[in-house]
Amino acid sequence: MSGGAADDPYDVVVVGAGVVGCAVARALARYPLRVALVEAADDVGEGSSKANTAILHTGFDAVPGTLEAGLVRAGHRLLGAYAAEAGIPVEPVGALLVAWDEEQRAALPGLAAKAARNGHHTTRLLGAAELRRREPHLGPGALGALAVPGESVICPWTTTLAYATQAVRSGVRLLLGRRVTAVSGAPGGPHRLSTTRGPLTARFLVNACGLYADRFDALLGVQDFAVTPRRGQLLVYDKPARALVRHILLPVPGPLGKGVLVAPTVYGNVLLGPTAEDLTDRTATGTTAEGLAGLREQGARIVPALVGEEVTAAYAGLRAATGREDYRCAARPALRYVTVGGIRSTGLSASLALAEHVLGLLAECGLRTGPERPLAPVRMPNLGEAFPRPYRDAAAVARDPGFGTVVCHCEHVTRGEVRAALASDVPPAGLDGLRRRTRAGAGRCQGGHCRPALQALFEEHRRSAGRRRYGKDGGAR
Amino acid sequence: MRHEGTREERAARAVDVLVVGAGPAGLAAAARLAAAGAGRVEVLEREPEAGGAARLCAHPGFGADRRGRPLDGPGYAGRAVRAAVRAGAAVRTGVSVTGWAGPLVLETTAPTGLEAVRARAVVLATGARERARPARLLPGTRVRGVLTAGELQRTVALFGPRPERIGQRAVVAGDGPEAGHAVRLLRRAGVAVVAVVGEGPRAAVRAGGVPVLAETAVTEVTGRGRLAGVAVRGRDGRPRTVGCDTLVLTGDWVPEHALARAGGLPLAPGGRGPLVDGALRTAVPGVFAAGGLLHGGEPAARAAAEGRAVATAVLAHLGGGAPRAAEGLPVETSGPLRWVHPGLLGPAPAPLLLQAEHTLVRPLLTVRQDGRVLHRGRPAGVLPAWRSLRLDARWTRGADPGGGPVVVDVRE
Repeated sequence: MSGGAADDPYDVVVVGAGVVGCAVARALARYPLRVALVEAADDVGEGSSKANTAILHTGFDAVPGTLEAGLVRAGHRLLGAYAAEAGIPVEPVGALLVAWDEEQRAALPGLAAKAARNGHHTTRLLGAAELRRREPHLGPGALGALAVPGESVICPWTTTLAYATQAVRSGVRLLLGRRVTAVSGAPGGPHRLSTTRGPLTARFLVNACGLYADRFDALLGVQDFAVTPRRGQLLVYDKPARALVRHILLPVPGPLGKGVLVAPTVYGNVLLGPTAEDLTDRTATGTTAEGLAGLREQGARIVPALVGEEVTAAYAGLRAATGREDYRCAARPALRYVTVGGIRSTGLSASLALAEHVLGLLAECGLRTGPERPLAPVRMPNLGEAFPRPYRDAAAVARDPGFGTVVCHCEHVTRGEVRAALASDVPPAGLDGLRRRTRAGAGRCQGGHCRPALQALFEEHRRSAGRRRYGKDGGAR
Repeated sequence: MRHEGTREERAARAVDVLVVGAGPAGLAAAARLAAAGAGRVEVLEREPEAGGAARLCAHPGFGADRRGRPLDGPGYAGRAVRAAVRAGAAVRTGVSVTGWAGPLVLETTAPTGLEAVRARAVVLATGARERARPARLLPGTRVRGVLTAGELQRTVALFGPRPERIGQRAVVAGDGPEAGHAVRLLRRAGVAVVAVVGEGPRAAVRAGGVPVLAETAVTEVTGRGRLAGVAVRGRDGRPRTVGCDTLVLTGDWVPEHALARAGGLPLAPGGRGPLVDGALRTAVPGVFAAGGLLHGGEPAARAAAEGRAVATAVLAHLGGGAPRAAEGLPVETSGPLRWVHPGLLGPAPAPLLLQAEHTLVRPLLTVRQDGRVLHRGRPAGVLPAWRSLRLDARWTRGADPGGGPVVVDVRE
């Protein structure tokens, strides 16, 4: 670790490189500030940001008037535009809230009215016949639905990576593998952060620690809320299942608890989940036999043909619930400290609007940003099935035969894409990170075919890039 | 298939027969077709080397060469490749078939470019794969150290038999012959095998002194980052934990049917390979299927025999007459059967191949049509879940071609 960089105070240190932290770092990169993005894990998006339902919400069902409602609505618009610019795959498939009993059907007009209060006036009630026409593989007993145009599926990995890449290209220092263990400093002076890889100094501090936001608050003596990890287990079905589902099929919330959703993914799969289990262990990202069995049972009711399809992946993510139906964002001017907490499940959708909101909170704390300047452009490699991918791109293959060499057969990922990811500005730390950047190993065989070959490519890159890397940022990346 | 990119310019080409997959079935089909003068016969293989899964099975059990010396998988695969090439087939490796541009036109991606290859007949021989952990619905934490036997083989093939590439203490799940092969491969690589866990009633595994837990299932994996142990449950229902940093999952084969399904081919119930008749014709005239795609986990010799059989059907198709799709009486299963092959009985008498969902002791097999018994018998003392049973074609004469489905029932 080079000592010089650590001695210079940063104007802002953002702690936590999930989708929210990366968005905040990217927003700060528009200004002539010294900014560091510090993350305990060895990659960006390693917590809740990597294991969610991959939906870009409109915010139609948020509690009207809340911070969340406003930010999700604004974030949906901002991220939709940014995705087109940055190459993040989005498919605006729309959602259907499907009613399976009279009580649920009776609740639909109320949900439409709530959507209208949230500024969404395009929802529409569908009868059973029209619902079946629009979603022919739905199970028997569906009585009707509320159609919500604008609800979209998105690639959560590319989103986080696009923010991080643009931030890094625009001058933000990304410090991975650094857990902040203590925060000190004289009153009025800068924050001194002890981390697992040396100290950092920051004039302003942003807590984007997700599941650990309350614990980071505690490092500054702040006690505002407690995070309850809420586990969501999900199943991903193989590509042939994609033809069974046209929209995001949402459950109607009701007194009998929340149901699960069935949704397409931009990778051409189908997602089923999540469960909702309140836990105490913030690392309990395992699946359970009961959880998976329950999902399959509910999936069989929603789209019966799903049962016959192969499961590609099973995973669990933790949402940062705080016991309140809203975000917990706060500016503490005396501490020059901003907390972005309680981003329960809509962080991806709200991320860009949250970042703008945090700029405002930092201004409240006294941050003077200086004049705005354009960000370095970013264009991410496409991981979506609805957009051209290299294995089908004759020009790319002609340019570099590596794009014609498929290494992951299930997902049609080419050696060219793997090499590009390994050499990117925010490179993966391992094969999991490589999977999130390329889809390599994410398919039906889960890397059983390609993992050894990917490992060899990874090591080959490490060897050839080793010297260059050591010359640069002291290994922080 | 859904997206047609504007940059997608494919070179168009035509051949007589296109075989997808250079495993034992595809190579045997190509060898026979080329030798019979079927014209340009081309085998497309996505891997850098031809030979299929046999290529990775560095153990005997693949018959013998001409001088009677036992063959291992790579030896067998090499011989199959040479036979196909010598017969005049073109075997192209590193070529991925990614979709269909028409009923008999396949889209390919290779370092040399994109092509749309038209054929007079297509043979799908894409093989089978072992189910990965999620498809087995094996819950627990997401950890490194859980792999299929195929991945174990690939790891050893690429990096050599080195424990630092695999682990220190392994549990092998499964009771087929693959479990025994995995045990030996792990030991050769210097990995201690602490247990073989099998769901069957008897230890069919030659595990060489390794404790075999019969009638036992792996129910959960534990650990953070790296596998730390597996929870197992035996017949007594009592769960216990076996410490290990490596879990090798064997068996549980499923067809690699993505291409077949992308082409809209209907599937056989149970087996989930494309539905074929006794002549190995699929629902699309001119498209045939053979080998592991129809019934995975079978010996290479059986796949090769089917490759030779499909060649006969392809030659008939190329010889003229109206192209015909699969036809015949639907064959259905009843009782604990994983699959029956072929799914359509016709046009000529053909033996049935079937596999049980779990190991059966003295199973009673009954074949009925419209309630009428066509065949009844106890074909085996023990029918292990991993071994298929061949039912010869004699009884099929009794089936009424105009009647209802033929139902194969099995019970203990």
